Amino acid sequence: MAIAREAEPVGSLKEVREAGLDREDLLDVYRNMLVTRGVEERGHILYRQGKIPGSFYTGRGNEAAAVGVATAMGTDDVGTPLHRDMGVHITRGVEPWRIFAQYMGRADGPTKGKDGNVHMADSNLGLLAMVSHLPAMLPVAVGCALAFRIREESRVAVAWFGEGASARGDTHEGMNFAGVRQLPVVFICDNNQWAYSTPTHLQYATEHVADRAQSYGFEGVVVDGTDVLAVYREAKRAIEKARAGGGPTLVECLTLRMEGHAVHDDAFYVPKDMFEEWAKNDPIERFRTWLRDNADMSDEEEDEITAGVKRLLTESMRRADESPMPDPATLLDGVYATPEDLDTPHHK
Amino acid sequence: MAELTLVEAINSCFHHELQRDDSVMVMGEDVGRAGGVFRATAGLRDRFGPDRCVDTPLAEAGILGTAVGLCMAGWRPVCELQYDAFSYPALDQLITHVGRYRWRTRGGMEFPITIRMPYGGGVRAPELHDDSPETYYVHTPGVKVAIPSTPSDAKGLLAAAIRDPDPVVVFEPKLHYRTMRGEVPEGDHVVPLGKARVARMGSDLTLVAYGSMVPLVERAADALGGDASVEVLDVRTLKPLDEQALLASAAKTGRVVIVQEAPRTCGYAAELAAILAEKAILDLRGPVLRVTGYDVPYPYWQIEDAYMPSVERVVDAARKLLQY
Ligand SMILES: Cc1ncc(C[n+]2csc(CCOP(=O)(O)OP(=O)(O)O)c2C)c(N)n1
Ligand SMILES: [Mg+2]
Repeated sequence: MAIAREAEPVGSLKEVREAGLDREDLLDVYRNMLVTRGVEERGHILYRQGKIPGSFYTGRGNEAAAVGVATAMGTDDVGTPLHRDMGVHITRGVEPWRIFAQYMGRADGPTKGKDGNVHMADSNLGLLAMVSHLPAMLPVAVGCALAFRIREESRVAVAWFGEGASARGDTHEGMNFAGVRQLPVVFICDNNQWAYSTPTHLQYATEHVADRAQSYGFEGVVVDGTDVLAVYREAKRAIEKARAGGGPTLVECLTLRMEGHAVHDDAFYVPKDMFEEWAKNDPIERFRTWLRDNADMSDEEEDEITAGVKRLLTESMRRADESPMPDPATLLDGVYATPEDLDTPHHK
Repeated sequence: MAELTLVEAINSCFHHELQRDDSVMVMGEDVGRAGGVFRATAGLRDRFGPDRCVDTPLAEAGILGTAVGLCMAGWRPVCELQYDAFSYPALDQLITHVGRYRWRTRGGMEFPITIRMPYGGGVRAPELHDDSPETYYVHTPGVKVAIPSTPSDAKGLLAAAIRDPDPVVVFEPKLHYRTMRGEVPEGDHVVPLGKARVARMGSDLTLVAYGSMVPLVERAADALGGDASVEVLDVRTLKPLDEQALLASAAKTGRVVIVQEAPRTCGYAAELAAILAEKAILDLRGPVLRVTGYDVPYPYWQIEDAYMPSVERVVDAARKLLQY
């Protein structure tokens, strides 16, 4: 039996206004979702062209969850987005050309060619780069929240993890510490129902991942991760509650990973009808319909947004391709502090 | 004999060993339904059932800890860790339980665990999918370590690890999982732990390597062919080490270059060099040289070739030593 609260969908424009989004914001949210998907679709093309070696991961199906949460974050908040959360980078303002450069291992990617893939983040935008190890960023975000609490700053840390990674000890350790101190941190579970080939029932035995929150002393909420407005509302509530001293919340965004784990995986183990069922809930199509029905998005507005996104992405691909390869002479750089580092502030 | 890729050889080993001994079981992330990320365990769940090929939650410390308990209850678990670096979350269990429980019980309990993982770089993967962490394991008392470099040894060493009464960590060179083919004996095939392999005989200089570096040093030996007679020693088992084979080769050639992909400091090459310094000093005609990775986290693909020991770096070291 579920313990976590199961969030209601958002209905009218009025409700959305109450949650803090005006019409211009809503169109921005839509644009960010389109850019998110567009970046990943073009990444696929680069992969097929052989410009991205190894493998390639996308968050198809997770655009609403990622953009919805990021839209709810404050400018000075920090977040630790993962491999399904391109929408967080886009919403926080990472320019797509730098993401393409990252994908291709170029010098202008956020990791300057030292790492690839979505193992990146722009710390100037309040984002902390993930490592491969899942969910290693949870205790890290809790550490940021502890710092904010000690310094009495009005800031919140947002920490992402997958439902698969929820099986690891770091999840427990991070959430327990956060609960004990009632820290300003919000945990976001990207529950896309698969961890590579492993389904949820082989990963955890509760109905929801968010059911666990209660045992750590805070609230758990499950939200339909294909509904960007519902995600936004729940994330906003949780973040503002944390900011006001109300402690952590675990928000679980339920989606389906609409592709294989990565391009090399054809997801043969996912039942076909599961894909068909969830395809009906495509987050972008769903929000587009909502905007037309509830916010009078016109054909012209829609065309303008779509064309703008297309131009942005085409230009970004071109610019990224001009970015140089990293210099092999930099191989040994950056492992330890150098004298110049002493004058650089290392935290915000 | 069948001609198999390295990962097919591992798979054939599993099919044989699970058939041969019904206390052998496989566990890990995605090993069942999907047959493992690299397909090393393909077909096992269908053939032996989900109790002999167990899909675990995503939790490496849990996998290893559970394997310790399974051993206590009479099983021979083989744990797959998805990539080299994903063994780190399990290090706690490895060091505190796997490596010392036999000792703590004064031999009263047996821990025939096999831990295997794909290791190493060159596959254009993101960070923490390219590590060579053998030193952590070799350094842990109570744990044995094997690293095959050929399909035949991949099967034979894994079989030896599974049958061994003690915990054995097997690192599999993922770079060669599918790119290397070779003859592999069918049925029972065991390569005993603690026996090195002379991959090539020579008299002027020995190149010592293991795992993914063996094909590389063989190419270096080819490149040196006109100038020197080069012996290639494939260590195969890092612990227990075949010290005799190392010392015999050093005595024969008097010149040793050790090649390792892992970062340099305190890498396995340093251990081999120390043994040579202790026991072969009078046989040596020059310093023992190392060609290694660097003391940096393994870099992404655009510059990974600058990290990896190359044929050129091995040849340079060998020439330097030959002219010493
Ligand atoms: C500690 C650790 N072990 C194994 C892996 C390999 N791995 C990468 S993604 C993945 C599945 C993750 O599932 P989930 O947490 O549900 O995230 P999703 O990929 O579904 O978004 C696995 C096993 C890893 N990244 N980290
Ligand atoms: Mg998942």
